[in-house]
Amino acid sequence: MAHHHTPMLSLRGLTRRFGGLTAVDAIDLDLAKGKLISIIGPNGAGKTTLFNLVTGLDRPDAGNVGFEGQDITGLSPERLAAGGIARTFQLGRVFGNLSVMDNVLIGAHTRLRAVKPAVPVIGPLLELGLALLRPASVKAEEEQLREEAKAILARFGERLLPRIDQPAYSLSYANRRRVEIARALALKPRLLLLDEPTAGMNPTETAEMQGLVAELKAEGLTILLIEHKLEMVMRLSDRVIVMDEGKKIAEGPGEAVRTDPKVIEAYLGHGLSRTAEQESAA
Amino acid sequence: MSSWLDYTINGLIVGNVYALVAVGLALIFGVSRLINFAQGSIYLVGAYIGWVAVVQLHTPLPLTIIVVAVAAALVGLIIERFGLRPLQNSVRIAPLLATIGISFVLDQLVMLTFSPNPRALPSQLPDVRFQVGGGTIGPLDLLIAGVGITSALLLFVFLRYSKLGWAIRATAQDRDAAMQMGVDVNRVNQAVFGIAAALGGVSGMLVGMYYNQIDTAMSLQATLKGVVAEVVGGAGNVPGAVVGSLLLGLVESYGVAVFGTSYRNLFAFLLLVVVLVLRPNGLFASARQAPPEPLTGTFIAPSRPVRIPRWALLVAAGVFAILPFFPVSFYVLQTLINAWLLGMLALSLTLVAGTIGQVSLGHAALLAIGAYTSALLSLNFSVPVGLAIIGGGLMSAALGTALISPSFRLRGHYVSIATLAIGEIVSLVILNWESVTRGPIGISGIPPLSLFGYDLISATSIYWFSFSAMVVLALLQGRLLGSHLGRSFRAIRDDDIAARAYGLSLNRYKSLAFIFGGFAAGVSGGIAAHLYSYINHETFNTQQSILALTVVILGGLGNVVGAILGSVALVGLPEVFRIAAEYRILIYGIVLLLLVRFRPQGLLGTI
Repeated sequence: MAHHHTPMLSLRGLTRRFGGLTAVDAIDLDLAKGKLISIIGPNGAGKTTLFNLVTGLDRPDAGNVGFEGQDITGLSPERLAAGGIARTFQLGRVFGNLSVMDNVLIGAHTRLRAVKPAVPVIGPLLELGLALLRPASVKAEEEQLREEAKAILARFGERLLPRIDQPAYSLSYANRRRVEIARALALKPRLLLLDEPTAGMNPTETAEMQGLVAELKAEGLTILLIEHKLEMVMRLSDRVIVMDEGKKIAEGPGEAVRTDPKVIEAYLGHGLSRTAEQESAA
Repeated sequence: MSSWLDYTINGLIVGNVYALVAVGLALIFGVSRLINFAQGSIYLVGAYIGWVAVVQLHTPLPLTIIVVAVAAALVGLIIERFGLRPLQNSVRIAPLLATIGISFVLDQLVMLTFSPNPRALPSQLPDVRFQVGGGTIGPLDLLIAGVGITSALLLFVFLRYSKLGWAIRATAQDRDAAMQMGVDVNRVNQAVFGIAAALGGVSGMLVGMYYNQIDTAMSLQATLKGVVAEVVGGAGNVPGAVVGSLLLGLVESYGVAVFGTSYRNLFAFLLLVVVLVLRPNGLFASARQAPPEPLTGTFIAPSRPVRIPRWALLVAAGVFAILPFFPVSFYVLQTLINAWLLGMLALSLTLVAGTIGQVSLGHAALLAIGAYTSALLSLNFSVPVGLAIIGGGLMSAALGTALISPSFRLRGHYVSIATLAIGEIVSLVILNWESVTRGPIGISGIPPLSLFGYDLISATSIYWFSFSAMVVLALLQGRLLGSHLGRSFRAIRDDDIAARAYGLSLNRYKSLAFIFGGFAAGVSGGIAAHLYSYINHETFNTQQSILALTVVILGGLGNVVGAILGSVALVGLPEVFRIAAEYRILIYGIVLLLLVRFRPQGLLGTI
């Protein structure tokens, strides 16, 4: 079974240029099933662009993306979502006018079966028909997904459950991030990409989030994490990749990376303001 | 051969005129990412100020140009200060809607002041033609070319060397950075609107002189042409707008040469749709641009919809259902029939513009497709009227979706432009496809409404027919919104990128929304055709599209009950207050402006 040794995610020479700027520069990465890799680096290092390339929201200029042994370079985000890749967004992109429940149900969209008949050409029309008629199978599926959504929301304790019918725009910043993660979990992802899940959270909230990510990892989920809070990165990561100006400047276990002179230089060189900002926030 | 040179000269001259409009649009888009739909109205105002100056004040030509430029610039400044500046921090849709409202108000004010009848605008120039090669050129051609080139040079020098010009270019590149560097963005906006309006006004005057005729229909055409030229050149790209305008002028001129005058606009809009689909960033943009920045705010105002209890809705429906049993006048029933027809269009538009966020400005085209299909089915193929109307709905769903589908990958304001253009294309095809649509003569003698062989002639029966059709459509739409499709549509509206990342195919769901909405609009158009018994290519026009949009915003985007309430309010209130017909569109424009400013979520809230 060669499959056993194929990494869940593998990037080879992944490159993306914007005009004269190379935002992602020949990145290689292998993420094995059940592992967690963190990507750190100063702002503008190209971390989010890398996420966009992996999830199909942007196309690389060179290199490729492999997922479970298949080349998925340049596939649409819709197809990648259906293939089991879920992500959260750096700036928090919940559906503002949708309730918390509906946001999570959108996460389960790729799993809808009863309502999305796989018939070519007239499939969409059948979907419209089933949505209007709502036979028992459709109702049952919807009911089951709602139960699952509640179970996912319950993982955040009492943070989201009491607000299940509120529109997402009315939530606090931290709660919106939680809704994003709940939405991602509803997809039942095989690969989860988290883009700064604790941004804007206080230490208590950060600790909660760290606990949740640790749980997800313990459950066997494969995770790629972008995070600025080094404490959390060191605790959770199997390996850490450091990016600066689009390039991978270091890779290895957390402690080794932390003491790497290149990494220190990158952070002190142009990441100083960021560190100061975090300290003042803490 | 000589005539080709004439067509080329004509194309370049007309292109010069378009350039004056398009450059203004590009400047405004550059600094505020807004497509100013009121630009054509300023052009119209310019033409009429020119008329007042020339015909009533007998000003010499140079003075006329200065008067028009200054007066139009003032109008531009007023629009910026009172129409748009208060909306700076509101949702992205608000300024777009405001310019549409302003455009309606200005056009109507001109129409009320000067009457809708065309007027002659003499050019004050000697009527001679010079031989140039094989073609001829007149003094007015030279004047237009001269004004075009002079304004381009002045603008270039201003943007390049003046401090305010620098500020404008800095703001266009990066608004936030410019603000942090101390650029007064309000002043930049003012300057840009003033310049754009001056150019637009002079352009309107020159066109009036060129054709020696001005009328109020010029406004929408000018906006459309300017937008086409600007988008072809790349939105916000000032030199691109000039090239786009000249290209548009030439394409139109050659098109007219080959196919005839009535095809002029068809070429313009086809050019627009082709560019939007193939190169949405314009002909001169690099093929791959940076992906759009994540959007933190949503396109549509967040709100908590007003919940109306089910019993209240049942009571209201019951009251309207039994209304004809009471001694109400024919006039009341007639008014409500109009409200139900508009209600069906509004249901369609509130789904498309509100629920899935594709703000369509050409929705009346769906009425036209439904109306023509139903009329022709019943006349040419003797299909029973009830079935013909359903056929109209199906045709509108299929054809409307097919026509708009190339634009599904567009976002925000571009969707509005594309739908506006497609609406115009539908109307032009109806005008020119004489073998099927009977062209400009229109279709007369359409059989009256009938059901199971019984003609519905009385106001009461027509009332019930249209009311039940609307209620059925509203119930279906309510059911749709309650399904997974409702939340999928709304998710796409709120954030299409996040929606795609969760597996929602934009093509699939936008198609479904247009199919459902197209059906409702087509049924409304079909019923209208049998009710009016005569239709032509102007029966369903842009004014109806904008009226429907006002209804939808009044009721609350995506709000089914709101769409019906809005229809009854906007059709009924002018009747109650006995407002004369010519003031109604003015009032709709003002209502739209007030809503955008003070209650963007509408009466019942966005769903």
